[in-house]
Amino acid sequence: MTDFLLELRSEEIPARMQAGARADLEKLFRAAMKDAGVTHGEITVWSTPRRLALIARDLPDGTQAIREETKGPKTAAPAQALEGFLRKTGLTLDQLTERDGVWFAVTEKPGRATIDVVAEAIPAIVRAFPWPKSMRWGATSISTESPKWVRPLSGVVAIFGTTLVPCEIAGIASQYATLGHRFHHPDAITIGGANDYEAKLNAAHVIVDHTVRQDLIREKAKAAAAAAGLVLVEDEGLVIENAGLTEWPVPLLGRFDPAFLEVPPEVIQLTARTNQKYFICQSADGKLVNAFICTANIAASDDGVAIIDGNRKVLAARLSDARFFWEQDRKKPLSEHAQKLDRITFHEKLGTVADKVERVAKLARWLVEERIITSALAKAGASGLSAQPPEVPAFAGTQEELANHAELAARLCKADLVTEMVGEFPELQGLMGGYYASAEGLPDAVADAIRDHYKPVGQGDKVPTAPVTVAVCLADKLDTLAGFFLADLLPTGSKDPFALRRAAIGIIETLTANNIRLGLIDPIYMSHASLAGRLNGYEWRQRFENLVEARIAAGDPMSEIEHTKTFEEFIERARSPEETAKFGARSNASFKKLISFFADRLKVQQREAGVRHDLIDAVFALGGEDDLVRLLARVHALQAFIGTEDGANLLAGYKRAANILKKEAFVTAGNAPISLSYMAEPAEKALVDSLAEAGPRATTAVEAEDFAGAMAALATLRGPIDAFFDSVTVNDPAPEKRLSRLALLDSFRAAVHKVADFSKIEG
Amino acid sequence: MSSVTPAPANPLSFQDMILTLHAFWSRHGCLILQPYDMRMGAGTFHTATTLRALGPEPWNAAFVQPSRRPTDGRYGENPNRLQHYYQYQVILKPSPANLQELYLQSLAAIGVDPLLHDIRFVEDDWESPTLGAWGLGWEVWCDGMEVTQFTYFQQMGGFDCKPVAGELTYGLERLAMYIQGVDSVYDLAFNDQGVSYGDVFLENERQMSKWNFEVADTDSLFEGFRRAEAECRNALAANVPIAAYEQAIEASHLFNLLQARGVISVQERASYMGRVRDLARGSCEAYMAKNAEAWAAKFPGWSA
Repeated sequence: MTDFLLELRSEEIPARMQAGARADLEKLFRAAMKDAGVTHGEITVWSTPRRLALIARDLPDGTQAIREETKGPKTAAPAQALEGFLRKTGLTLDQLTERDGVWFAVTEKPGRATIDVVAEAIPAIVRAFPWPKSMRWGATSISTESPKWVRPLSGVVAIFGTTLVPCEIAGIASQYATLGHRFHHPDAITIGGANDYEAKLNAAHVIVDHTVRQDLIREKAKAAAAAAGLVLVEDEGLVIENAGLTEWPVPLLGRFDPAFLEVPPEVIQLTARTNQKYFICQSADGKLVNAFICTANIAASDDGVAIIDGNRKVLAARLSDARFFWEQDRKKPLSEHAQKLDRITFHEKLGTVADKVERVAKLARWLVEERIITSALAKAGASGLSAQPPEVPAFAGTQEELANHAELAARLCKADLVTEMVGEFPELQGLMGGYYASAEGLPDAVADAIRDHYKPVGQGDKVPTAPVTVAVCLADKLDTLAGFFLADLLPTGSKDPFALRRAAIGIIETLTANNIRLGLIDPIYMSHASLAGRLNGYEWRQRFENLVEARIAAGDPMSEIEHTKTFEEFIERARSPEETAKFGARSNASFKKLISFFADRLKVQQREAGVRHDLIDAVFALGGEDDLVRLLARVHALQAFIGTEDGANLLAGYKRAANILKKEAFVTAGNAPISLSYMAEPAEKALVDSLAEAGPRATTAVEAEDFAGAMAALATLRGPIDAFFDSVTVNDPAPEKRLSRLALLDSFRAAVHKVADFSKIEG
Repeated sequence: MSSVTPAPANPLSFQDMILTLHAFWSRHGCLILQPYDMRMGAGTFHTATTLRALGPEPWNAAFVQPSRRPTDGRYGENPNRLQHYYQYQVILKPSPANLQELYLQSLAAIGVDPLLHDIRFVEDDWESPTLGAWGLGWEVWCDGMEVTQFTYFQQMGGFDCKPVAGELTYGLERLAMYIQGVDSVYDLAFNDQGVSYGDVFLENERQMSKWNFEVADTDSLFEGFRRAEAECRNALAANVPIAAYEQAIEASHLFNLLQARGVISVQERASYMGRVRDLARGSCEAYMAKNAEAWAAKFPGWSA
């Protein structure tokens, strides 16, 4: 058994690509060995900015001979079948073997030396390597067929045991030699094999194992902070990134001018992190302090004094830019910034951000005026639908004040998009708006709403609960969804450029966490009404321009003036009743898509909470439900019921009834007459009686949103339906009995459907 | 803060740094060219970079290119933002295998000790939609400061680079500030006889910032843009692509000035950029078309 070492050395590999590259290298190597029938033990993959390395343990020195037999057509089969088989196998007739009247293609693969297999695999792995972005380089790049790698490939070490694996990639021959650290050890070092690789590199100032570098950065950064009496703000992303940027990481702590601390801490952290890849530190009481930790790639001859000083200057320049933005932006109130939003396109079909803000403001006010959102948020909606309404900080004002606050916050919530700070750091949208709102003395509830209205932005993010914030958050997301669905810009597959899925999940989470009773139909139609003019205008402009182009192509261009006049005529027509009707139809179509989109998102979102997707379908299938909180309450009750013995048996009874009805092609709306003109059997009579009681009881309970009660009503049907199937023959020879019993089953089905469409339930 | 960068014993003046780079790259086989005599935003616009990156012929050149970024002007009040600054460009086609090593040697030549200062190659891919060009490479950091853009061109003018050229763009002022240990660009020693960068350029920055932002006549800028656009098409029609390309450079700079004057709306911006892109790409295409046959004859197997 022999160990194998591969090192692919290159110019600096982007840090963010290294984890993927390690996984890909391992995957490709495993596949190549599997294809060739080479067994192996443990595989280790390492990366540094300048190398990808793989060590495979315990490879055999050679592979077994393999005999493969492919069955072909019968010897008696038509000639075409034989021809096809020869074409497929690439053999001639005399190479086939005949056995029991059947042709076989037999290929003998002799065993191979593993070193040959590996030598062949390496160039193939390089060719197949799926870098997110790759490039050509050097003299060979005169052809576009030249090799590609993430950056120029500069060396290959491939050693099997202690034997060099001869191979060549991109004109580079494999060898025993590699390079150490770029500055500490620029000369070649000779590797003996898998066993001395890590140690030899370490002696040349290269820690090849990325996990060791990560551990080192984590520990030394923490220690550097502790030595200064500070606490490191841990950041695993930075640990990994810095480990991907260094072969010999040395964390160093520096200080910056404390005067910069007047800038919001998030800005300092973001500047330090994204622009400079520095860690930041806090005091023991959790406040940001004027310290940074950079990770150098050398053990500097002056212990890092010059490096720290250089980095301090760069950070100071960045922070003084940030402070400049902070000062400039606060010279104007947000309301004045907001005036510039009409210059920013939200989407070409949906107008400017100013247009959007106008719609969101209307919607936010409406949500409050309709008392969908009230100052005592959680209590308002809790009609026994949620066992534990969340703690909500109530809004300490009247409903009218709440509406005013919601509208004001909505009008200002996008204003920070045109500030200098957010222009520089788009990630700070919302947050900066909140800071600026506080700085100009706006109420806290408004500032908080501006800050938090984008939330929740991802799994586990905090869901807004403050009433003003909830109003703006819901209005903003509802408007986004309504608009993009109306414009038919839907997510497809993995592509969701406008983050519509996230918006829908955000709405679902906000509604359910706060128990908000909101029928989605109304706000969506409100957005559509505001958008009607915009969208029509856009489409007519398009149609008009197509017409103009056609006329120009026909050699009949219109003058500019004619152009304008005619366009105005077009717009007149866009407002005609026929066009309005068309828009209405379109709005309806997009609405249906949007509701089913919500259903899908709800299934995804509820999966983690253990809610069955088929039960959500079973309730959605009833139609007409656009209140997600009520819908979920019904789903929860249904899930609890299906889990009971009564529920499981009722479901079985339902399925049996549905099958019989299907087989007999018995279709009514559940109101076929049950004429007991004959002597009904006891079980039949009992079912009729239970239905007469359980049906209305279920309906009443559903109307009262007492879904547990509705399930209890259904549960009373379990005994009678079981007894019915045990003792009554549906397909009685007497037609009036058969019809009556089918009608009875149909009426049973209808009663069940008052609670949920059981046909959607699996199992 | 207490720590102060110990300035090297005899740091190079700004002009000596340029002369040192010239000598270095001359020694490594580069033509030492002079700046292109037109206003442009970056050294990449120089025909020695853009046009010479096209086609199969080897090409090695180094030059300083004054670069104008009207919107970056700060009236001489910001210590490191200028509307006019110098880029040092090196273009090597095909990219040599030891390009990184050569680059690091050039840094050592101007006084950067890589065991004292932390030099890093940090991913930064370059793309110029205007030129229909992109490449992969890094920004080179020295103690956390970006001092050079290092790019392997993959496409130029919409054409695959065959072969690939390596492009180095040194930010001369930043490097000099670094080497001389000064915090303001205006404090740089331009020479060793007491003339500072501020003595040479401060007043220019004040006046040109004012002109860029406040004075420049926007009607004539718009008119100039239209004329450059028309002239580019005229030159293309006459099959003189180098002349056409110059007009694309002109249009690009006039667009930048119009931006600085704040008279181009967000919506119009994309359309103007598209117009400049069409000119630049059209020029590159014409340049390629004019030369492709001769190149294919000289380099068997090569094709555009």
